[in-house]
Amino acid sequence: MGRVYVAGVGLTKVAEHWERSLENLMAEAAVAAVRDAGVSGVDAIYVGNMVGEVLQEQAHLGAIISEAIGMNGVPAFRVEASEASGAAALYSASMEIAAGRADAVLVVGGEKLSDGLAEEVESALMMGGRNDQVAAAGASFLSLNALLYRLYIRHHDSSEEEVAMFPVLSHEHAAGVPHAQYPFKITLDKVMASPYVAKPLRRFETAGIGDGAAALLLVGERLAGKLDSPKTELHIAASTDYLSPFDREDPLFFSALARAANEALRYAGIERGEVGIIELHDATSIMAALSLESSGFSGKGQAGKMAHAGEFNLNGTYPVNTFGGLKARGHPIGATAIYQVAELHLQLTNRAGKNQVDGRKAGMAQSLGGVAATAVVTVLKQA
Amino acid sequence: MRVPRYWRNLPFIYRLSGWRCVECGAFHPVKPIVCSRCRSSEFQEAELPKTGRLIAYTVLRSPPKGYEEQAPYIVGLVELDDGTRLISQIVDVSEDELKEDMRVEAVFRRLRSNDERDVIEYGYKFRPVID
Repeated sequence: MGRVYVAGVGLTKVAEHWERSLENLMAEAAVAAVRDAGVSGVDAIYVGNMVGEVLQEQAHLGAIISEAIGMNGVPAFRVEASEASGAAALYSASMEIAAGRADAVLVVGGEKLSDGLAEEVESALMMGGRNDQVAAAGASFLSLNALLYRLYIRHHDSSEEEVAMFPVLSHEHAAGVPHAQYPFKITLDKVMASPYVAKPLRRFETAGIGDGAAALLLVGERLAGKLDSPKTELHIAASTDYLSPFDREDPLFFSALARAANEALRYAGIERGEVGIIELHDATSIMAALSLESSGFSGKGQAGKMAHAGEFNLNGTYPVNTFGGLKARGHPIGATAIYQVAELHLQLTNRAGKNQVDGRKAGMAQSLGGVAATAVVTVLKQA
Repeated sequence: MRVPRYWRNLPFIYRLSGWRCVECGAFHPVKPIVCSRCRSSEFQEAELPKTGRLIAYTVLRSPPKGYEEQAPYIVGLVELDDGTRLISQIVDVSEDELKEDMRVEAVFRRLRSNDERDVIEYGYKFRPVID
């Protein structure tokens, strides 16, 4: 298998982009990534998007994006894996390069949630669960997260104050980030005072509704040597699990994430301790805690305590969500994993501005679909 | 939900009736091609017990489409007497009366409101057992 490199990134600000279309946002990010890499064309395009058919009534995003960026003729497909759709597109794109079939592949993730009413967005996102049974009960992802949160606190003798530290951390890092949806700090008191959306889950413990697009330009070894743009080496692995966490032996352990993380580290040839930055799937506070524990960066029941102790700060052992994560940078579903990997790339190529974490040679991005029924883990290394 | 899709789910959502794997005993709401736990392909029709206990619950305040009129409502994780776990609405009870481990039983209720071309959906919910 050939090596895969990230050679360019493009990001739009995550926001409620009322006046712009999904296609338009994705084209902006795509063109920016192509320019950042300094390539003149690409061999293939992969698009990550989850709910375009529902909220925009628009499928066929591969051909739409190739046209929107003036690259008709290039093979282009959309890849879907619930909230991990962007990571699934990245996985597919990197395989095409690793197989030696392509020298340059563009990956674009995009989602536009503001086209739906709140209840339409809840329904659309629940399509990542088994719709004929679980969704028929009126359950949503927030309610499934709330049930896990209850079990977690009971099982580990943890507290809401411990778990609720994750949004505080993400907002701390998002402050002043130009592409973040919520670029300001919040206190733990403010999180704890926000209303419940599904007790014990509070509004400020959940990612908001936003629109955004992000793109990566991947290249193989042949082309990497010819480009002047800064590059990182990409390793990616994925796994799946039962759709409902309550059908698993331990609902509080995301075994798909554990498998994907171990595989990605093995492909990258590094140990867990060499991961200098982690981008987490903190769609809710409890998902952040369970992710860190499942991927081996924290003991079971310890993630919230470690967050309070500063272990995940920019100067901590494992800096987490260095641009704000899903909570504060924003969570435009199909774009989210591409933001994560783009942010790691900016960190490892010393272009992270005031959030620059120095002296780290590798980073990990974790993307989850549903309640971790799909897990895709990307490890980036300095090239 | 349109009629064909609704009809094929009726045995499960009306009666908690489905298929049990002859090999490993796992319950499946719809007859699978192979068992997701043991890959066996032999199944027997089976009805789940209608009682169990409430393992955990939450009060959902931002409902999905079609459930707006019911919100806020209680969503619970129920473990039936055979060990099968279901996500269900918990009804006929207020939040402060609920206790974890409480005995619950299945009841037949309207599930959600629809547009005029849809069938009216009914199915199971759970409520505390009154002794």
